[in-house]
Amino acid sequence: MNSTSRLNTESLDLAYPGTDLIVSDLSLRVADGRITVLCGPNACGKSTLLRALARLLKPRRGAVRLDGQEIAALPTKEVATRLGLLPQSPSAPEGITVEDLVARGRFPHQRLLRQWGEEDENAVESALGMTHTQALRDRPVDELSGGQRQRVWIAMALAQETDILLLDEPTTYLDLAHRVDVLELLAELNESRSRTIVMVLHELNEACRYAHRIVAMREGRVEAEGPPSEVVTADLVRTVFDLDTVVIPDPVASTPLVIPEGGRLRRNTRGRPGGSGAGVDADRAARQASTER
Amino acid sequence: MRSDIAGGGPRSGRRPRWIPVRPARFPVSTRVRVRTLVLTIAASAAALVTMTWSLTLGSHELSPAEVARTLVGAPAEPGHAFIVNSVRLPRALTAALVGAALAVSGAVLQALVRNPLASPDVIGVNSGAGLVVVFTLVTALPAAVVPVGAFVGATVTAFVVYALTWRSGVSGTRLVLVGIGVNAVASALTTLLIVRYPVDRVSLAVWWQAGTLHGAEWADVTVLLVGAAVLLPVVLWFTRHAAVLQFGDDAARALGVRAEQARTALLVASAGFAALAVAAAGPIGFVALISPHIARMLAGPLTGGVLLFAAGIGACMLSAADLVARHAFPIALPVGVLTAAVGAPYFLFLLARTNRAR
Amino acid sequence: MTPAPAGASPRAGVRGRPFTGRRRAAGLAGAGCALVLVCFASLSIGSVPIAPGTAFDAVLAFDGSEEHIIVRDMRLSRTLVGLGVGAALGVAGGLMQAIARNPLAEPGILGVNAGAAFGIVSAVYLLGVVGPAGYVWFAFAGAAIAVLVVYLLGTTGGSTSSPVKLALAGVVVTMLLDAWTTLVLVFNQRTLDEVRFWLAGSLAGRDGVVLTHLAPLLLAGLVAALFAARQLNALSLGEQVASALGQRTARVRTMCGVVVVVLAGSAVAAAGPIGFVGLAVPHIARAISGPDYRWILAHGLLLGPLLLLGADIVGRVVARPAEIQVGIVTALAGAPFLIHLVRRGRLTSV
Repeated sequence: MNSTSRLNTESLDLAYPGTDLIVSDLSLRVADGRITVLCGPNACGKSTLLRALARLLKPRRGAVRLDGQEIAALPTKEVATRLGLLPQSPSAPEGITVEDLVARGRFPHQRLLRQWGEEDENAVESALGMTHTQALRDRPVDELSGGQRQRVWIAMALAQETDILLLDEPTTYLDLAHRVDVLELLAELNESRSRTIVMVLHELNEACRYAHRIVAMREGRVEAEGPPSEVVTADLVRTVFDLDTVVIPDPVASTPLVIPEGGRLRRNTRGRPGGSGAGVDADRAARQASTER
Repeated sequence: MRSDIAGGGPRSGRRPRWIPVRPARFPVSTRVRVRTLVLTIAASAAALVTMTWSLTLGSHELSPAEVARTLVGAPAEPGHAFIVNSVRLPRALTAALVGAALAVSGAVLQALVRNPLASPDVIGVNSGAGLVVVFTLVTALPAAVVPVGAFVGATVTAFVVYALTWRSGVSGTRLVLVGIGVNAVASALTTLLIVRYPVDRVSLAVWWQAGTLHGAEWADVTVLLVGAAVLLPVVLWFTRHAAVLQFGDDAARALGVRAEQARTALLVASAGFAALAVAAAGPIGFVALISPHIARMLAGPLTGGVLLFAAGIGACMLSAADLVARHAFPIALPVGVLTAAVGAPYFLFLLARTNRAR
Repeated sequence: MTPAPAGASPRAGVRGRPFTGRRRAAGLAGAGCALVLVCFASLSIGSVPIAPGTAFDAVLAFDGSEEHIIVRDMRLSRTLVGLGVGAALGVAGGLMQAIARNPLAEPGILGVNAGAAFGIVSAVYLLGVVGPAGYVWFAFAGAAIAVLVVYLLGTTGGSTSSPVKLALAGVVVTMLLDAWTTLVLVFNQRTLDEVRFWLAGSLAGRDGVVLTHLAPLLLAGLVAALFAARQLNALSLGEQVASALGQRTARVRTMCGVVVVVLAGSAVAAAGPIGFVGLAVPHIARAISGPDYRWILAHGLLLGPLLLLGADIVGRVVARPAEIQVGIVTALAGAPFLIHLVRRGRLTSV
């Protein structure tokens, strides 16, 4: 599966003003029409990378390219018609209604005289429809539940009608049902409208379930990249998260299912499927030795 | 399944909240929120009624019909033309325009800083104008200098606040804090002048600082109109940016807003409107703070329509205050004193009502 | 009383510098030494310069000489008033920021200054009261009533007092009171001439009467504030966390509000509206000592008088033989410092 890539980076160095490099020499091709999930431990640079992909952060070195052009050289508004971003915690003005908020996603398409064409109206309607939020349209956003609010923000990003959609932890603070709900919604978007989706997710099993490709990061570098079934192994999880796990096939989707071992449990039980305590101890000893070296 | 959505119910037979405006023959499209439109029309009508009423009042009382005849150029008595056109009309128009300018300035600033307590006073406009004007008054410079001095003082102070706030961008919180500092300096210097000069000169300065429309003339109206003609398009254009900027800088940039550019333009326009107002009428409190609040409570977050609605409220409020200030008491009061008296109780009522609703 | 989190303050300071106990103690000791020096300077510097040794003698071994009389009758009471007012403003400012959880909150927001000005202007205009000693109780009553009204308006109907609503009510009431004050000053030149010096904020001419009237209130307020500091640490984590930690937040807020009224009301009654100290001192204290309110209030207790007396001395010196009112000097000196802190990003959130 050698897919095309409209959005890619080339030996990227990223840092905030006055800080050390957060991401160094990172090259990545975001596969078109696929769901790519960035994962890794806290502070591994995945959100920073996402910000750079969305042109919110200027690279110290290297470049982000969108359709072959360097993204830093493109006008802000033009980027916004091809690529949308939903930040981790956007703030809604007090009292704004759902429809109003979603309509503001049309900003990059509006011109001085053409502020509310039929295409704007249709985009907002279809965004509300796709996210099943039509019934909420007159409600103030402040009054919604966390899951509803997240859907509304996604609807806002959808109204922007970009082929590429970047999301920073879209499922944070949501309960299990709402997390699945949001992820199903994104998968549906990807499937029916072939949108390219890049998102940061913390929950590894959700990433395996919904991602076509996983980018595992650690300390500002890509440790592994590829389809979850090929990439996600106990070894990788150990390298990236410093955690001993057992990886078994997901009984529903047969994608990898990562189950942490946990020290306390291992002391109490013996002979779990998929590995032996002694083996893991040996691994840990080896890892310690390698870090000491 | 999606239990959180079911609560809304089916939406058949919904009254349209927005009317799309798309004339077939022009490449123009926009949409108008019904509620905002109705409210704006109501506020403008109220302002017009107040203005007309104020034209009838004075040492020589006129009937509304007489005022109307004079305005269309056919006065019942020749003396009416002078009374209405040269004395009362400029003052009524100045009141309405100053009120509208203050409201727009406040609305933009509150949206920008995302702080409901922000008003143009925050960026030093009033204190800067006050310093310059009090100086010209206590040192007995010619009276013609006062409005120019007020405008210069206001714009220079706003610029100083902005320049001191800029650090590879302007954050709302930093702006407010720097504004407090600069305001403190300007007010302290003003107090110094007030304490050190003879009391009869100081008395004039205190009068100006109370905010008054006394002596408003056509020149004031012209300046206000020209200023508004320049600044209003800027504000209306960037209002859409402001609406998105409220999502936070990341989300706004992702939607294609050049955040710093939009913020700068909006700040300049807000300061410009406030400077126009203070030059024409002195520092009038309350209108810039309260009008946007009322607009937001009744019509929702800032859009171009809500901005115009706020302007209508401001015009109405200051016209009414000036009317009362001139005619309700044995002596004419400075209107700035009255804006507080008119605006505060209403605002307190709204405050109490939102308290109860929670 | 339920336990507040003893070590609730994060140890990491601005830009990663830790606020160690040693650094805080050093800051406190430095401020204390500076304050002692400033007190002596305040006794010896003025239109008649007096040697520090002589000033010292005047306090401890009064011999009736002219210099000693100047020190005892004028400068000593002035210095003591400065100490009390400065401490009250510094501590009240810290309390306000904590209960409003807003870096811009200061006692003035609750209408303290406007209420006091209202009281005094009314007293001068209607009753013909003359002189700062006569002002005291009118100012205090005006301040207290203003705050009471603000508090009632800010909390009517609601179950909790939201800080924003309280601040909005304060702004509105301030404007109403200012409207009346302005009105009197515009039409009554006698009142303007009488109160304009008071309105600038000054320590001059405050004699023993002011001090004896207000000292008990000030002391009680300061002691109560220092006892409340522990509660503020929990409150600064937010309403919900504070409740979860077992704090009765409404009660703490109300108690602290009363203390603020006592402190700020006494300060404004003694010295007139001095607006800037209450705002700047807690920020400076926080920059030195970190987010622990026990330390912030302790620093405020020393930094407030330090700033106020320093400004008073400067005001006496720069325009000799005339004086510049201390309220003007604090603003002119403190504001650039505040702006500097803001620009350096040193104003951490509350």
